[in-house]
Amino acid sequence: MTGTGPHFQQTKNRLFSAWTLTTWLVALLVATPVLVVLSFVFVPAGEVWSHLSTTVLPRYVTNTLWLMLGVGSGTLIIGVTTAWLVTMTNFPGRRIFEWALLIPLAIPAYVIAFTYTGLLEYAGPVQSILRDIFGWSSASDYWFPEIRSLPGAIVMMTLVFYPYVYMLARASFLEQSVCVLEASRTLGQGPWATFFRIALPLARPGIAGGLALALMETLNDFGTVDFFSVDTFTTGIYRTWLGMWEVAAAAQLGAMLMLFIFVLILLERWSRSSGTTHHSARSYRNISRYDLKGSRALLANVVCGIPVFIGFILPVGAMIVWTIASWHVVDSRYLSMAASSFALAGIAAVVAVVVAVLLAYGQRLNPTRAMGFAVRLAGMGYAVPGAVIALGIMIPFAWLDNSIDGLARQWLGISTGLLLTGTWVALIFAYVVRFLAVSLNTVEASLGKITPNMDGAARTLGYGATRTLRKVHTPLMWGSLLTAGILVFVDVMKELPATFMMRPFGLETLAIRSYEMANDGFLVESSTSSLAIVAVGIIPVILISVAIARSRPGGSS
Amino acid sequence: MASVAMAQVVNVYSYRQTHLIEPLLQEFREETGINYRLLTGAAGGLLERLIREGANSPADVLVTVDAGNLVAAKQAGVLQPVQSEALVQSIPAHYRDEEGYWYGLSARSRVIYYSPDRIDPAKIPTYESLADPDLGKRICVRSSSNIYNQSLVASMIAHHGAEKTEEWVRGLVNNFARQPQDNDTAQIRSVAAGQCDIGIANTYYFGRLMASDSRQDQQVVEKVELLWPNQDDRGAHMNLSGAGVTKSSRNVDAAVKLIEFLASDRAQSVYAEYNNEYPVNPEVPVSGPIKSFGDFKADTLQLSDLERYQAEAVRIMDRAGWR
Repeated sequence: MTGTGPHFQQTKNRLFSAWTLTTWLVALLVATPVLVVLSFVFVPAGEVWSHLSTTVLPRYVTNTLWLMLGVGSGTLIIGVTTAWLVTMTNFPGRRIFEWALLIPLAIPAYVIAFTYTGLLEYAGPVQSILRDIFGWSSASDYWFPEIRSLPGAIVMMTLVFYPYVYMLARASFLEQSVCVLEASRTLGQGPWATFFRIALPLARPGIAGGLALALMETLNDFGTVDFFSVDTFTTGIYRTWLGMWEVAAAAQLGAMLMLFIFVLILLERWSRSSGTTHHSARSYRNISRYDLKGSRALLANVVCGIPVFIGFILPVGAMIVWTIASWHVVDSRYLSMAASSFALAGIAAVVAVVVAVLLAYGQRLNPTRAMGFAVRLAGMGYAVPGAVIALGIMIPFAWLDNSIDGLARQWLGISTGLLLTGTWVALIFAYVVRFLAVSLNTVEASLGKITPNMDGAARTLGYGATRTLRKVHTPLMWGSLLTAGILVFVDVMKELPATFMMRPFGLETLAIRSYEMANDGFLVESSTSSLAIVAVGIIPVILISVAIARSRPGGSS
Repeated sequence: MASVAMAQVVNVYSYRQTHLIEPLLQEFREETGINYRLLTGAAGGLLERLIREGANSPADVLVTVDAGNLVAAKQAGVLQPVQSEALVQSIPAHYRDEEGYWYGLSARSRVIYYSPDRIDPAKIPTYESLADPDLGKRICVRSSSNIYNQSLVASMIAHHGAEKTEEWVRGLVNNFARQPQDNDTAQIRSVAAGQCDIGIANTYYFGRLMASDSRQDQQVVEKVELLWPNQDDRGAHMNLSGAGVTKSSRNVDAAVKLIEFLASDRAQSVYAEYNNEYPVNPEVPVSGPIKSFGDFKADTLQLSDLERYQAEAVRIMDRAGWR
């Protein structure tokens, strides 16, 4: 470190300890729900566990693994291919696809599942038209793929999660030094060889990061698999907890799920560390893209167009048609639902980013193993299904509320009631716990790019840690902070189970409305709120896209 | 409207979805001047929340579907017994808790649907007959995670014991035409579509299809018949939606008033007309589309017995491979 002289050293230590303490406290607070759930691991579940493992557990495991494998390969293929095409080649339509490829991210997986079920189920328009054309009269006359199935769930999730891979792969490709790629070209390598031998290995950490995000979303999904009747760990946790009332066994299933996620995180870390390659040159120049013409340009359009069409245009088109058809159910309540959703997501995004900066910076100031552990622990909420987080929050919050109330009654003779439980505060806390990792990853990556020399320089100018953060780091990270906030925002808009369990009286969100209607068989009527979620989510997604395109200093045009 | 009365608020936690419960709450507000606040949620989640909130919970009334959920709430200790002459008068004894912890408000039966073109109803007169090995793979039903199925199996345990019930569930699962999935409406639609010949679903789903003005729903109704099971012995399996006053309620009077309102003639006929459910009050005539289902013999099993067997029912279904 750069501290010189006893005076500076002293200030530094005091500041460091204040920062360290704060970081620890925040990390612990955010980790509380996860720790509460984990503490159930030591509660003996006894006979239930043997019942589960001999009956339903094998199904949970195989379905979960198939889902991960399917969504993993699907998102990789679509995400990497399209990212490479729009970044490294030039074809008419490329500039539209640059951002259009991201927009399926605005659709929650369960919403796309509702929509395709409405379109493809027996009574839906597609099969009805087929029956009319071919004169089939019943389902036994022909075969049609079952949309409510494991393959169906894989397709649905791939369609909306591939943008994670696309986004990070594209960012990696953009960051690659042109010189490396050109060196490859001058050495006589064709575009394919350059891609597989140079660009792909260089982009591996970014791609792995995107894949990890997509897979975590997959593991956490409840709405889609529940709607499609595919039993995974997540649905198993619900059933064990809320169908058999075996809280301990359910929490233990939750802990097993966290193990899956832990492996994912390790993989991602490993990929990042063993893949650390330094760019040969700092200079950025305009990317010289491969020009695609004629049939190749057409093919590029098709390859990029398919995910956008079936992942966004078609389902949103259907939602628009259904919204018009069911306009009679729309009233002013939709406006207030949209407002609540927007407010919840906005507040949660700001809080999550602030907490993420705090933790990441605290770790930078005091990069000990223990601190690293605390920060990772705080981010574990991403691995835990929303309803389990809700349980992990409700138990300590309600206990605290009731204790305070008890004390107030005893000492002051008044009742304070529930101060936290059932309030916006508790709900926003749940979102922060759940989605902190999303903002943390982005903030950490961005902070990591700022050379420690900057900190040193700021210090020698007499800046303290806090002031350095405010004056030096924050302006440099601004774009990433925005991205981090937007990612959390979109996730909160889509969140279902925790909102369901923890929301205050009268608070209705678009996600809840949409799910209640669809689950009750009113697929058409659910489309209005689904469409509103997409509409609110799409603006931020386009903003991210712009931010990525601008991230390359040399410009992307 | 008297401002004093308007200041009263009754807080409702409801497993029933907003669009099913809110019309009744609005009428209650108009009639009594007592305002309401509504929080809907899934069964387990809301009960867990009530338990954790404890004595400070803002809830006054818990509205649920399925007797299993009502008994679970009683056993979790979140309800308080209330005595009301009006409720005892209008609700038959087997549709309410003996100690007054909860009261049934609407009834539905879990019945058999079949395609008259493809199966002779004489082959499937009872729940028991659905497990007949000769029947073949013809039955559609939703997942065992659904509490309606859990309650049906629990009622079989109450009548036949666990061992015989497990045998029955195995036979039933063996006759499934496809992996259990989707909701009750979908089972009826699948019978109409020819994916299966027999479906199991609650009565109000068929009533809802009958009331629908969609051409497709009407075609479904034309192709499917409703069969009342076990008419020669105990009668069709019944279930309830109901409500209880929470232990934490600080407004017990208003809470009781709400439940009394929901059991009143006026509200009871709304259940039939709007939700296609049977009134629990025998004095209230059945109206709406379900009137065409005709009279039937209903199982008079004390519904509070169901809870005793619910966890066992889930395990039996797990063991038999009913997903």
